[in-house]
Amino acid sequence: MAWLPDVIKACYFLAALLFILGLKRMSSPRTARGGITWAGVGMLLAVLATLALPDIGNRGLILAAVLIGVSAAWWSGRRVAMTDMPQMVALYNGMGGGAAAAIGAVELIGYSGQSITLLGGDQFTAGGASAPGTMQLALAVLGALIGAISFSGSLIAFAKLQGWLDKRFVFPAQRAVNMLVLAVAVGMGVAIACGQLSLPLIAAFFALSLLFGLMMTLPIGGADMPVVISLYNAFTGLAVALEGFVLQNEAMIIAGTVVGAAGTLLTQLMAKAMNRSIGNVLFGSFGASGAAAQDIGGAQKPIEAADAAVMMAYAERVVIVPGYGMAVAQAQHKVWEFAQALIARGVKVKFAIHPVAGRMPGHMNVLLAEAGVPYDLIADMEDINPEFPVTDVALVIGANDVVNPLAKTDPASPIYGMPILDVSHAKHVIVVKRGKGTGFAGIENALFYADNARMLYGDGQAAAGQLVTELKTLDT
Amino acid sequence: MIDGFLALYIFMLAAFTGYEIIARVPVILHTPLMSGSNFIHGIVLVGAMIALGHAHTSFEIAIGFLGVLLGAGNAAGGYVVTERMLEMFKSSKPGVSDKESK
Repeated sequence: MAWLPDVIKACYFLAALLFILGLKRMSSPRTARGGITWAGVGMLLAVLATLALPDIGNRGLILAAVLIGVSAAWWSGRRVAMTDMPQMVALYNGMGGGAAAAIGAVELIGYSGQSITLLGGDQFTAGGASAPGTMQLALAVLGALIGAISFSGSLIAFAKLQGWLDKRFVFPAQRAVNMLVLAVAVGMGVAIACGQLSLPLIAAFFALSLLFGLMMTLPIGGADMPVVISLYNAFTGLAVALEGFVLQNEAMIIAGTVVGAAGTLLTQLMAKAMNRSIGNVLFGSFGASGAAAQDIGGAQKPIEAADAAVMMAYAERVVIVPGYGMAVAQAQHKVWEFAQALIARGVKVKFAIHPVAGRMPGHMNVLLAEAGVPYDLIADMEDINPEFPVTDVALVIGANDVVNPLAKTDPASPIYGMPILDVSHAKHVIVVKRGKGTGFAGIENALFYADNARMLYGDGQAAAGQLVTELKTLDT
Repeated sequence: MIDGFLALYIFMLAAFTGYEIIARVPVILHTPLMSGSNFIHGIVLVGAMIALGHAHTSFEIAIGFLGVLLGAGNAAGGYVVTERMLEMFKSSKPGVSDKESK
């Protein structure tokens, strides 16, 4: 079996090659689907090769864990709704970070005093290397730190996007406390890398690393989450590469590094598309929105579905502004049904789409097209903005930041400078919204307090359904 | 096996590769690409398998097991999600060209 190690090495090489080619193909819409298949083949090769490694123990446990992990993730990935994709990416990314941290933990604990006494000396081998050098320890520690931050941070990002964590978690001197936690974690890491391999220290190091990931992510608003997830994606890639160095596994080093670099660039591109810098996303908006919120006078004024339906039924021009919330509520079919009913009554209806509507660029157009909305009724921001002053009713469904006038008027607002749909210029604005909260981005919206704005509280789908029903009763 | 400087060279070249591949990507593909690269670092599964394969004490085995579980989730979940998303982008393409031709 002298050929086996070479075959395994060749498999790792092929896997790395397929990953790079796959990623290359994924960066063009024409070849994207083939790209993921290529990368998938590479992954399969690498996993099979690893199972064939001669010095691997616990094979039964490995197989069991792989089977459980794969089937659970496969099942959840298959059934998740398209609109929930970003948080699933966050979840799977967090898992990768956690796995990288776990590798670091196993290696470090393996090196630690306990294992040495258990094995009666320094005869143990870990990842094919004998006694750990400082370099190896440092890489394991660094990979574990980054992986752990990515793990707990991604879980928070997942929880926020899933709507389990609506509030932004902010307290005074937060940045200083966060930095202190990170500094202590790094200090412990340095001590571990210098050979202080005691179990309590390792445990404390991991606890603080995880804590820092939590605390770093908690204050960031939901709208910035895609950028944060992309950043953690790059983090996980880097952590994987570092642990790859520790384990002397070339496929991990190359795949992890490629993802780390690509993820960093992707993060920058995304932040740019959202008119933000990465530093601004991570540290910038603390408290700023709180100050802005206090400046908004007045109250949100509710409206009943019946009144809203009447208002639009007798309007001349209605512009519907759909946002991510509409997609979440799967309300696009009902909204289109309502729009058709309005058109049948002679109302001129248009849909206005903001460039960053939805979580995926281009996503909103697809959703509306699938619901049957013709293209000539869908208008871009530049085309529709001049029309708002002559619009009788602007119906905002599930959109928030992209219609927030604070982006124009309040330099303290985190979204200041972002181009918006000038919905507030319409004669009347009706906002369909689940509740009174600040919503996804955690930013107060001055539109909701405007004199010409009325709030129709309720789930997007239910509200659209009510509007359709009320419109029908008008005719009978 | 891999000495320090060789490792640094690999790191440098791989980093440039990743950067160059992504450098000219249309905005519309940002999310699937993030998901795709998320799948690729699922290679961490291989490392977790090696770590579990070398684990001795029951504590190490427990953490290694968790690592393999998480790594497998990363790889499988990342693949499924990316594939589904890219499928959607394929179906959306005729729509986009339709719009442009109008």
